Amino acid sequence: MQSSHVRKRMSVASLTDPQIIVPAVGSAFAKLDPRTLVKNPVMFVVEIVAALSTVFLLQDVLARDGQDLGFALQIVAWLWFTILFANFAEAVAEGRGKAQASTLRQTREETIAKLIVDEKTELTVPTPASKLGLGQIVLVEAGDLIPSDGEVVEGVASVNEAAVTGESAPVVREAGGDRSAVTGGTLVVSDWLKVRITAAPGTTFLDRMIRLVEAPSARRHPTKLRLTVLLAGLTLIFLIVVATIPSFASYAGGTIPLLVLAALFVALIPTTIGALLSAIGIAGMDRLVRFNVLAMSGRAVEAAGDVDTLLLDKTGTITLGNREAAEFIPMKGASEQELADAAQIASLADETPEGRSIVVLAKEKYGIRGRDIHELGATFIPFSAQTRMSGVDIGGSWIRKGAVDAVLVHLDASGTQGNRKKTTGLTEAGHEIDAIAESISKSGGTPLAVAKDGKLLGVIHLKDIVKGGIRERFAELRRMGIRTIMITGDNPMTAAAIAAEAGVDDFLAQATPEDKLKLIRAEQAKGKLVAMCGDGTNDAPALAQSDVGVAMNTGTQAAREAGNMVDLDSNPTKLIEIVEIGKQLLMTRGALTTFSIANDVAKYFAIIPAMFIALYPQLDALNVMGLATPQSAILSAIIFNALIIIALIPLALRGISYRPLGAAAVLRRNLLIYGLGGLIVPFIGIKLIDVLVTALHLA
Amino acid sequence: MPLTAILFVVFIVGTAIALSWPLGRYMRWAMDPAPAGGVAARFTGAFQWTGGRIARVQQDWKRYVVTMLIFNVVMFIVSFSILALQQYLPLNPDGKGAIDGSLVFNTAASFTSNTNLQHYSGEVSLSYFSQLGALMWLQFVSAATGIAALAALARGLAGRESVGNFFVDVQRATFLVLLPAALVVASLMLIGGMPMTFQGAAHVMTLEGAEQVIARGPVAAFLTIKQLGTNGGGFFGPNSTHPLENPNFWTNALSMISIVLIPMACVWMFGRIVGRLRHAAVVFGVMLVLLLAKITGAVYFESAPTAAFADLPITQNVGNLEGKEMRFGATSGPTWAVLTTSTSNGSVGAMHDSLNPLTGVMPMVGMWLNATFGGVGVGMINMFLYIIVAVFIAGMMVGRSPEYLGWRVESREVRLAILALVAHGLFILGGTAIFAATPWGTEALNNTGPHGFSEVLYEFSSASANTDRASRGWATTRSPGNVSTGTIMLLARFIPIILPLAIVGSLMTKRRTAESAGTLGVDDGTFAAMLLLTILIVGALTFFPAGTLGPVAEHFAYAVR
Repeated sequence: MQSSHVRKRMSVASLTDPQIIVPAVGSAFAKLDPRTLVKNPVMFVVEIVAALSTVFLLQDVLARDGQDLGFALQIVAWLWFTILFANFAEAVAEGRGKAQASTLRQTREETIAKLIVDEKTELTVPTPASKLGLGQIVLVEAGDLIPSDGEVVEGVASVNEAAVTGESAPVVREAGGDRSAVTGGTLVVSDWLKVRITAAPGTTFLDRMIRLVEAPSARRHPTKLRLTVLLAGLTLIFLIVVATIPSFASYAGGTIPLLVLAALFVALIPTTIGALLSAIGIAGMDRLVRFNVLAMSGRAVEAAGDVDTLLLDKTGTITLGNREAAEFIPMKGASEQELADAAQIASLADETPEGRSIVVLAKEKYGIRGRDIHELGATFIPFSAQTRMSGVDIGGSWIRKGAVDAVLVHLDASGTQGNRKKTTGLTEAGHEIDAIAESISKSGGTPLAVAKDGKLLGVIHLKDIVKGGIRERFAELRRMGIRTIMITGDNPMTAAAIAAEAGVDDFLAQATPEDKLKLIRAEQAKGKLVAMCGDGTNDAPALAQSDVGVAMNTGTQAAREAGNMVDLDSNPTKLIEIVEIGKQLLMTRGALTTFSIANDVAKYFAIIPAMFIALYPQLDALNVMGLATPQSAILSAIIFNALIIIALIPLALRGISYRPLGAAAVLRRNLLIYGLGGLIVPFIGIKLIDVLVTALHLA
Repeated sequence: MPLTAILFVVFIVGTAIALSWPLGRYMRWAMDPAPAGGVAARFTGAFQWTGGRIARVQQDWKRYVVTMLIFNVVMFIVSFSILALQQYLPLNPDGKGAIDGSLVFNTAASFTSNTNLQHYSGEVSLSYFSQLGALMWLQFVSAATGIAALAALARGLAGRESVGNFFVDVQRATFLVLLPAALVVASLMLIGGMPMTFQGAAHVMTLEGAEQVIARGPVAAFLTIKQLGTNGGGFFGPNSTHPLENPNFWTNALSMISIVLIPMACVWMFGRIVGRLRHAAVVFGVMLVLLLAKITGAVYFESAPTAAFADLPITQNVGNLEGKEMRFGATSGPTWAVLTTSTSNGSVGAMHDSLNPLTGVMPMVGMWLNATFGGVGVGMINMFLYIIVAVFIAGMMVGRSPEYLGWRVESREVRLAILALVAHGLFILGGTAIFAATPWGTEALNNTGPHGFSEVLYEFSSASANTDRASRGWATTRSPGNVSTGTIMLLARFIPIILPLAIVGSLMTKRRTAESAGTLGVDDGTFAAMLLLTILIVGALTFFPAGTLGPVAEHFAYAVR
């Protein structure tokens, strides 16, 4: 996939960018507010423990009984650091979004709209954009900012949508069809539009976008909630573990200092994942934003990871948007040269990519130079949905090219060749052209008949060009357990040939919007999650029905409302990246949870012997790491517990490395890295910290 | 470890595994028959007829649980009454008198909950009618309750519309599974020389001219269901160390196989009902690895001499024989100890209080995890809780929302699973904490120091795991001990049945998702590793501090010496 041409919205600030780091340090302290911290049960519990420990420490300080408080002071300090590091992680993750939001806000300056108060006289009244009501119609002329989201009701104009998409090349917006939606804050570069306002003030696309990038944590991530439940449960288990220890110790005839219990508790509860959970989610949304995809809900991002079936439109996703002329196949009695010449003349004024490719092919293969249509004195007959043909009239002579059916009907109407209806069967020429057309269709191409002055000359073979590398992508998806279904309006024969060439698992030919909807429902009934992208108004029901519906930004307002994601680049191939980002988000959560829980083994071995050694000196045998003193052991464990949060921030933000493999291979790999790693790393880390702590005489 | 020890363990565990496969197949046939035709379906008709209208409806999980609870309450009341009134009831040739009220509560709770914690000595306190009518009956139906609950759980996971009907299931489990199995095993026990009589104690004149009273009774019947139903409550106080409850090597081996047989078969039954035998094999494998690890550890540590005799002029080269039956040697005792605690059975073939310190850890680990095959039916149900947690974490690691067998695991399921695991930890650690720090516990101990702590820990582990008896030498005739462990047994029995069924009930309301190469596979070695890691870290490590202060401290104290 050509992810290289996915544009970045804005220069992405790196992690070490002081613009992000400095405010993050400040907000790490601001986030100590228990009212915000309560949303994260694990860190909230740490805060309670830290606060209580501080109170006990103060009591000891006030008692002034001459005991050395250095150790206690350090423990309390590191408890607070643990929370601050967690807050910092979240703040850094939010930083990028905040920076983007403030850039967006600059573009959302107050505009004065030209409100049309009288349709007939087109009398306009300057009105602030914030005062515009739903359904009102405004006039936007070259150089104006479009005041709010709306539907073009009249006019054609080129619009610079860089404010929203980051793409500065203007796009055409026109009334009717699938290009009628305009976005508030974008700039009309040429011509004019009459726009009916479709968004109330404060609910425009740009407003939503600002909210989305600014506060991604505010959105529900179902898996994050579930994970929070699990983490809270584990916290409860460890609370029981720690709370019963004083009574055990009293049986053994001793007591355990409260601070040591606090340290053990905080070390055991899953602070690592608790601290990074929020940052992982925000970073996942941020990755989407950097791919120029806006997810309307956290649920949608996660659902993307769960997708089983991808519905991909053939054109633009699997094949290059444009078909190219590949061959001229003349009828009996016509020469290739003759056909190529007629085809080229008919296409001179045809600005579609197909038309241009015909001119190029005729030139390259037959050396026919392009001529100027005006010099020939020809009039161009543009393509229309009714005739399904285009061509030229030169004096009394005419050339038409178009769908085989359409050309035959035209010939029929002009009373010459190729009659289907009037005689019992096809004429000889009709049979011949049908045979040629069928062989082209079978190979996945599109036949275009060319007729001149009532005579069929032959067929142009238009070929769909399957995108490079797409086959490999589908193979990857298959390994990940995702089925791809190609959706196309082509006939089944053509569709089958392209499907085979591209390597999709299945295809839906001659697809109507109803067919799409039916297919989605059928897949969902089989228990599958379906993702699709679409842009037209008639895609809206299917977009709404699918579990992940990516609407193209160029699409209609209806499509953008129906989908749960909007792709600002309008690049349907991105669906694949969206799935990968969703998966990576979940994987990162799972991997860091495993790592966090596995860490407990080493922490037990650091703290438990240190804690009980006064009761039973023989328990020094459990001090497998050979930590210097009980105090240094406890301090090292709690320092490790805090520092590992900082150490893992880059991983949490970047996401763990993602490979398109089957579930079994992915699990094996992650279990080895994060499970086994989680068992081993803290043994090494705590030992190293202990060496340092001892060398610095901290304990 | 001597070769004979290895051969012995391989013989016991190997035979049990070999027999569990056909038994699991049979249990599937008996517990979950195809609705159309066949012998099993005719049995279903009969069970529906005996149960009346309530047995003919298909129940959802809530009604299933409610009927299960009502059934167990009725059973509790009936047995409580029989025990409390035994002096007025028949079949009492030795004229056993009234029992203390708190002990009646503890005993009825203990047998209703399939725990069989015995704070009494059977041959001293109970009449034959109490033994058979109250206790043996409960040994059947409490085990049947476990099998029924597992069948219901499996049906839910298989995507059936209903989890079944408890009245039909409990009859199937009693009459089609436990009764035939018990008949076969009891006959073999009789052949092995075990007594089975309704005559009172034998009065004999010894060679020295003294009169000796030898307790006897319907032992073979009682013992068999004690083992098969993972009940563990012995006919005699010394349980299977009593020569009439375990006469020779063959009854010893048969007893040990019986302990683990039905719990093993339950895993296969689960796999067959759910339709995922490979998954069942993975779960079976994980349980087996844990079981063998514990047995190996126990047998290995027990092959060391006991520290108690270290200062005596004795040559100890056959392992620790303190508290062992000389007939069975130093290997059988620890193997039995692991099997019986793994399956929440609790019958004993040696004095657990006399095991070497680290040997003693192994039985405790069995009760802490409560899922290495575990109690009849409920062991697999407990494993289901660990599976839910493992699936949840592993599921995310493959980049999908967690799902198990196509069912999406969401907040509600995780909450319920964690709650059940929290309850188990709370009962053991909370109970131990209260009793270790108060005279309630410390005055009842046989020992001081870490060993005494181990005794309290063992007692509450045992009560919470529905294992058995005060095998660790906690002298227990006191009311606080009776009432607290009695209450824990009831809660610890039914919470881990109700919560998993609630999980399944919640899963059944969802749309089942299709499985693909991208979904988490639950039938390969990677998942086994994940499950093992989850069990060890979430299950075992919870008890690390307590274990350190008990057996570990004791062991290193000896090691230092």
